[in-house]
Amino acid sequence: MMKLLARNRHTVQRLGFSFITLMAVVTVLPIVGTIVFILFKGGSAISLEFLTGFPHDGMRAGGILPAIIGTLYLTIGTAIFSVPLGIAAAIYLAEYAKDNALTRLIRLAIINLAGIPSVVYGLFGLGLFVLFLKFGTSILAASLTLSIMTLPVIISTAEESLRSVPQAFRTVSISLGATRWQTIRRIVLKEALPGILTGVILGLERAAGETAPILFTGAAFFLPRLPGSPFDATMALPYHLFVISTQVPEMPIQIQYGTALVLLVFVLTMNVIATVIRSRARAKRQW
Amino acid sequence: MEKSLSFREFIITRLIQASGYSAILFVALIFFFLLREGLPTLSEVETSSLLNVRWYPIESYFGIFPLITGSLIVTLGAALIAVPFGIGTAVYISEIAPRWMREILKPLVELLGGLPSVVLGFLGILIVSPFLRVFLDLPTGLTAFTGSLLLGGIAVPTVVSVAEDALDSVPRAYREGAWALGATKWQTIWRVTLPAARSGVLTAVMLGVGRAIGETMTVMMVTGNAPVLAVKLNSLFSPVRTMTATIAAEMGEVANGSTHYHVLFFIGMVLFLISLVVNVIASAVVFRAKKRAERILS
Amino acid sequence: MNNKILIENLSLQYSDGTESLRGVSMGIRQNAVTVLFGPAGGGKSTLLRCLNRLNDLTEVRASSGQILIDGENILDPKVDVVALRRKVGMVFARPVPLPMSIRENVIYGLEMSGEKRKSKLDEAVERSLKLAAIWDEVKDRLNDPANALSGGQQQRVCLARVLALQPEIVLLDEPTSGLDPISTGKVEAALQELKKEYTVILVPHSVQQAARTADHAAFFLQGELIEYDDGKKMFTTPKEKKTEDYIMGRFG
Repeated sequence: MMKLLARNRHTVQRLGFSFITLMAVVTVLPIVGTIVFILFKGGSAISLEFLTGFPHDGMRAGGILPAIIGTLYLTIGTAIFSVPLGIAAAIYLAEYAKDNALTRLIRLAIINLAGIPSVVYGLFGLGLFVLFLKFGTSILAASLTLSIMTLPVIISTAEESLRSVPQAFRTVSISLGATRWQTIRRIVLKEALPGILTGVILGLERAAGETAPILFTGAAFFLPRLPGSPFDATMALPYHLFVISTQVPEMPIQIQYGTALVLLVFVLTMNVIATVIRSRARAKRQW
Repeated sequence: MEKSLSFREFIITRLIQASGYSAILFVALIFFFLLREGLPTLSEVETSSLLNVRWYPIESYFGIFPLITGSLIVTLGAALIAVPFGIGTAVYISEIAPRWMREILKPLVELLGGLPSVVLGFLGILIVSPFLRVFLDLPTGLTAFTGSLLLGGIAVPTVVSVAEDALDSVPRAYREGAWALGATKWQTIWRVTLPAARSGVLTAVMLGVGRAIGETMTVMMVTGNAPVLAVKLNSLFSPVRTMTATIAAEMGEVANGSTHYHVLFFIGMVLFLISLVVNVIASAVVFRAKKRAERILS
Repeated sequence: MNNKILIENLSLQYSDGTESLRGVSMGIRQNAVTVLFGPAGGGKSTLLRCLNRLNDLTEVRASSGQILIDGENILDPKVDVVALRRKVGMVFARPVPLPMSIRENVIYGLEMSGEKRKSKLDEAVERSLKLAAIWDEVKDRLNDPANALSGGQQQRVCLARVLALQPEIVLLDEPTSGLDPISTGKVEAALQELKKEYTVILVPHSVQQAARTADHAAFFLQGELIEYDDGKKMFTTPKEKKTEDYIMGRFG
């Protein structure tokens, strides 16, 4: 049987292609399934009260507003630190760095930052921000921890985007008597902006969905009010989902699905925005 | 430096430079704090006890061996799933899929990469583990295998996107050459394109494994968290506990500065070193491959 | 006549070993079109890029000799290169409009030098676009993106962009290589206008163009200056055999 098939190379190809296609389908289908399933199951839990209310009865009833707001705060806090630092580092690598040992060391460091397990970031944040710098378990400490974790994503996408701006623009700008920084600010950054923005959003998307790094740096199990300052701990959607799905007995399934749905929508919205920005910029690009 | 560089430009340039160096600083800081909090372990716990097979911190048994085997078995299982499916999907996207399909699949894979691991863990508890318990007739569905399955799903996007990049960067002329010699597309993929992209594909595998070994929330939620030595084949279908899950589960309850606290940091240090080795090797592979490609092209 | 630029024994090599200059010495006259011609890789573009220190952007392995502009050695590391580049403008082979409107392209250099007054900028736009013989074609759509123009129009906007800075020297590196004959004619005509005010140095894209435009001509071969003479003489009675061979089309 096999011999017969092997004789016809095109039959082999057809079988092979079908097999690979099947693999791709098996890989991708669960994602779509997951998303659809959660949208379907969680949809019925969504109500105004769920989105704008505080949890009560040991979180078994009420809303998840503090977790939503908390994740929002953490995402913004992360952006405040990681966006300027990440873009500046990308500018350094794309525009200033020479190809030498130091630059290779920087690249190696970035690759390593990208690979460090998220829970190790949590330990680091606990050691440096919470204890050593005495920020306590706080939005500030958690945001700083998430920022460093997000940094490699932002740096590498922003650098790629900066590098894709044609070299000729830089040469022309310099030849017209612009300084290096003027060239970067007026031409390079402007052209690379959509790509940078895409990377920033994808990085922040990851930060918004992370649990492990905030476990010991800023996440609160339950908080009956909204955090009032950066030095307060906060509830957050991913941690809340973890808590209600593992730590609270007899948790109504509706609230669990509803929380998963809100988290998913939060993250997916960012992802879709990033994708749209990228594809629109590609269509509009003049070079 | 240029003389006319205004003061402002000078400051901005320096800030940019400092930001560039910051990545090194952060890696050093992370390592420093892990050492600072983790190294006391070595004086507080005897090495023999550390390599013991019993993890029971309340009674001061700090054998990290079961945790290491737990991490290994879950990661191995995840790799067995993520590598073939990841590379298969990458081949499909890069070599077989029509253009419109690519445009759909690439963002979709990226989307999977962005799914919070806690959501997957949540579904693991509610759907996957009950299903496996019934389907495989196990006493509990919270097993290493459940973790591997979900972790495979988490590692897949990394494998796909890196491998797809590698396949994509194989010069078109290679493929055309093979077609011109009468090879089918299928033969070309296996005999030409994949071998040409092998260093990139290897990097994809390494990074996927790195992603799996460092994943925390999902494994904590679905592997049952039993710190038993996982060295037999059927350990795959019993509860285990990984290094990451141990840190995440226990750090919240230990007193700062206690032995238990130091041991958890010590485990973090081990994880850091593993990811360091994986990433250095992965990037060294890429670097070597690049050199080779440059030699061929010039 | 007056030497605006004096090049003394200039040698230069890129770190990757490509295109180099070997012991080039020549004087370049004010208010004239000096043409640097010869086969590709002869060092013409390298020389142009030395004159406004654009070579700083590439890695240069070795460099000796000096270039004096109005008596000042511009290769001196202490020279203010930003000011130098405003004084020595450059037009490239391929028109590269910056990704902005026509008007913004023209005033880019001025804005970068700190000029903010709208009246000055408007005046510069009109003056330089007229000088580059493109004003009539674009005056009603100054706010359109510059890359919507045809290649020939783009190149003249690029020339205007350089002229807006009121440089003293204009360098043109095969500015008409991608253009149709009509656009080429317009650019060449503009050059003849330019030399009344500026020192013009042109790397032509053909021997014919060299012959048409040159007041003075310099023949470069493999990094060496073979012959340098009055344009008319060079293209009718070259002294060197190599120059003659090249002009007659025997190589290159």
